[in-house]
Amino acid sequence: MDDLQDLYQQLILDHNKSPRNQGKLVDSNRQAQGYNPLCGDKLQVYLHVEDDIVKDISFEGSGCAISTASASLMTQSVKGKTVAQARAMFDSFHQMLTEDSASESDESALGKLVVFSGVCKYPARVKCATLAWHTINAALGDASEQVTTE
Amino acid sequence: MNPVSSASSLDPHRLKQDFPVLQQESHGRPLVYLDNANTSQKPQCVIDAVSNFYAHNNANIHRGVYDLSMRATQAHENARGTIAKFIGASRPEEIIFVRGTTEAINLVAQTFVRSRVGAGDEILVTAMEHHSNIVPWQILCEQTGAVLQVAPINDAGEVILDAYREKLSEKTKFVAMTHVSNALGTVNPIAQMIALAHEKNIPVLIDGAQAAPHLPINVSELGCDFYAVSSHKMFGPTGVGALYGRFDLLDSMPPYQGGGDMIRSVTFEHTTYNDVPYKFEAGTPHIAGAIGFAAAAQYIVDIGYDKLLAYEEMLLDYATQALTAIPEIRIIGTAAEKVSVLSFVVDGVHPHDVGTILDQKGIAIRTGHHCAQPIMDRYDIPATVRASFALYNTKEDVDALAESLKSVMEVFR
Repeated sequence: MDDLQDLYQQLILDHNKSPRNQGKLVDSNRQAQGYNPLCGDKLQVYLHVEDDIVKDISFEGSGCAISTASASLMTQSVKGKTVAQARAMFDSFHQMLTEDSASESDESALGKLVVFSGVCKYPARVKCATLAWHTINAALGDASEQVTTE
Repeated sequence: MNPVSSASSLDPHRLKQDFPVLQQESHGRPLVYLDNANTSQKPQCVIDAVSNFYAHNNANIHRGVYDLSMRATQAHENARGTIAKFIGASRPEEIIFVRGTTEAINLVAQTFVRSRVGAGDEILVTAMEHHSNIVPWQILCEQTGAVLQVAPINDAGEVILDAYREKLSEKTKFVAMTHVSNALGTVNPIAQMIALAHEKNIPVLIDGAQAAPHLPINVSELGCDFYAVSSHKMFGPTGVGALYGRFDLLDSMPPYQGGGDMIRSVTFEHTTYNDVPYKFEAGTPHIAGAIGFAAAAQYIVDIGYDKLLAYEEMLLDYATQALTAIPEIRIIGTAAEKVSVLSFVVDGVHPHDVGTILDQKGIAIRTGHHCAQPIMDRYDIPATVRASFALYNTKEDVDALAESLKSVMEVFR
């Protein structure tokens, strides 16, 4: 069970059970849809960006525990950050999951998101964790495009 | 647990020994392979048939005048004969070797059906088809203006026969349906459904990919016009399968792909096609695959479908009871007639999380939409967990599954 506890940490299970910032954002001015064709998971990310700052954010869609918790924690982490900071978090997060040795400075920038570091040991699940981030990345760029994890 | 081992019944523990890949551990536990509807494992006799061909008989077929080529040709044509007998075709020429069920369906769509449909005509499928028996028809509909019709299923996952009968209209030019549902395990009453279509002179193709590893097939008794199987679902190699077609229909059909071996003579002005079945087998085929495919068919025949049916029925009952005993589990697909396929959802846990946890326990199962997204939509679920059993699965495998599902509930408590 040790390995599994690495993956399914309490924080992840909690955010899966009670996702934060879930639902449509009424005054969003940017959004994107993410799609993982492998499992059929679809995720919508809504942003309200003003003065280059993510003033508000929410997500819609259902998926596995990893993808739901990742989307939920992402909304908490990104809210109030500048667009550049949000993009930098995407890079660090992506790096943490796809490269075995994320540097400590990267991890400190991620805060609570390091809870997902165990996912890199489960290659089949990396895309679950990154779906929300690919989607926000698309929303921060050209709005309303669908991205896929493939 | 008492292993089934009397002389008259199938002994899965002994059969498991025939499959080298099953003699390994996964995450420190004996591998429990429950993804047989996805692809089955291969017995040593199939592996030997393929490697013996390459080691001793390899040459191209239908070409050489030398001994080796003639031996290769003979082995390939013997394989055709074995498959013909296996599915009850009246002659070997009714068997076309293809890459698998998918190619078989595309072949029929683009030759037989394409030459017979036009705008407004209808092609009828059921609501439980695999994508491979949906998309080829959608492509054909785009090409011809024909319309795809779908016979609905009930909550148990059975075709609603009255609705199916009503869908068979003057406009219906072809029926394509699965014998056994890959996602639900349902066995369709295809003899009756074929007869209903034939009453209106509508030809029928049966997708038999999921049937062959579980049920005896006799295309002559069924009276179907086309029947498609994949080798890899029935303990044979990947990349090969068979399309059965009634001889007179095959003979009337335009070719599928052009190339070597499917021709009798070629000039730049005119080409004469070869006879059935070679007309539909352009290019050098998967010779070793066909030979392995035949070895797999023989393996099943040697075990005997009567034993297989009795054993798998027992195992399905045992597994259904084991999973039903877990309150959080809901089985998707509860047809009266089923093969040993169990699709289910776990309350509050996404199938992918179930799959990852089971993998850590050494259990290989499929999670996802099983290439049957319309079925997931029908039940309003994104995906299921699917345990699909084969003749080498044991009650102990089912126990391991049930036990591990309990630890899923622990993680997500």
